[in-house]
Amino acid sequence: MNFFAKLWTLVLKDLSLEMRSREMLSSMFIFALLVVLVFSFSFDLRVEEVSGVAPGVLWVAITFAGMLGLARSFVLERDQGCLDGLLLCPVDRSLLYLGKMLSNLTFISLTELVVLPLCLALFNLTFHPLLLPILLLGTIGFSAVGTIVSAMTVHARAREVMLPILLFPLVLPALIAAVKLTGGVLDRQPWGEIRNWMELLVGFDVIFIVISYLAFEYVIEE
Amino acid sequence: MIRVRGLVKRFGPRFALRGVDLEVGKGECVALVGPNGAGKTTLLRILATLSRPTEGSAHVDGLDLAQDANALRRRVGFLSHQPLLYDDLSAEENLRFYGRMYEVTGLGARVTAMLDQLGLVHARHDLVRTYSRGMKQRLSIARALLHDPPVLLLDEPYTGLDRQAAGMLDQILREVGIDSRTILLTTHNVERGLGLTQRVALLARGQVVFEMDAASWDPGQFQQVYDRQVAGSSALR
Repeated sequence: MNFFAKLWTLVLKDLSLEMRSREMLSSMFIFALLVVLVFSFSFDLRVEEVSGVAPGVLWVAITFAGMLGLARSFVLERDQGCLDGLLLCPVDRSLLYLGKMLSNLTFISLTELVVLPLCLALFNLTFHPLLLPILLLGTIGFSAVGTIVSAMTVHARAREVMLPILLFPLVLPALIAAVKLTGGVLDRQPWGEIRNWMELLVGFDVIFIVISYLAFEYVIEE
Repeated sequence: MIRVRGLVKRFGPRFALRGVDLEVGKGECVALVGPNGAGKTTLLRILATLSRPTEGSAHVDGLDLAQDANALRRRVGFLSHQPLLYDDLSAEENLRFYGRMYEVTGLGARVTAMLDQLGLVHARHDLVRTYSRGMKQRLSIARALLHDPPVLLLDEPYTGLDRQAAGMLDQILREVGIDSRTILLTTHNVERGLGLTQRVALLARGQVVFEMDAASWDPGQFQQVYDRQVAGSSALR
């Protein structure tokens, strides 16, 4: 069985487990929904240019909800004693990382499918097709870093605190780029003005996927 | 088949293993006994590539632990008191998942054969969370043997099982061909381990301090050595 078939097996396993339990997705959906609603009502009362804060609200909702998912991804494996089962499989540890990263990416993207329309509706903004690749690139960067940090903290006692403390400083460049790009697209800024942010985001994704892919073996083993 | 030389494992300042030397021949079954904290599980986890040794070398089925970890994993079946199964997948889904990861050929037939052999065919579509402890342990054996490994590492397989279930586990292990495999098992219950093994090794304070053939088993002598080596420990069960 080739690399991609095993990768698909890993992702499919995570999706099947989530479809059965719905533990992760339901909490992510509800949390993201609440964040957008709370911000929407607060800014509606205090800020005149509500559309200016929408990109920030969107990405705060995505990262906070994503954090819930990331915190659960390896813990679920560990709680059921299956982390050892995965590590016993005759595959490169890097494949396990990619599988988990793609699963996390899927769960966060599914959350975005709910959050994005809600955000656009509440902040009275118009959809732009470029938002989709921006969301995807931002989410890839967030999942790439989040997955390895989640693996690093899975055995830690205070992992709920450790995960955001370690993750946010690392993922900050990607978040800033994603917010700037989202704002630029919503404001219909010319491509030349936001291109640098796109390059930063793509560069971030490539660098952190490669680093995490190579480092995962040393992170996950005792 | 299993050759361990000078294996050291340190967790920070604490030594779990202090230079373990051990050999298990092809087709041989050895029980590793010792008190809590002796390093039994650590040794098995290192041999299963779940943990890296700090020093020393280990070869399993001729493969170097440090150099050929992936090839080695194909040849090892690991069974512990934790089933390593997904509660929200059915028995068949669990086995199919692991079978794909191990690239088992003829997976469908192999899964059915294993479930049949372990008496779980009737519950193949039930979620593992609905299984009893004994059923989970049987499914766990199926998982460990699915890729037909020549080497089995059994970490406290009797934990949580009552006398009847433990006897059943022995029987199942014999039925699935324990005699044709090289086996290293850890147990607190040396009498129980004797039913399966040809040799008993005592691991104390991170080292193998005594070995005895099961054929010339002398409980009194073993108890004396055990008490001497494991100062302050409770009597051997």
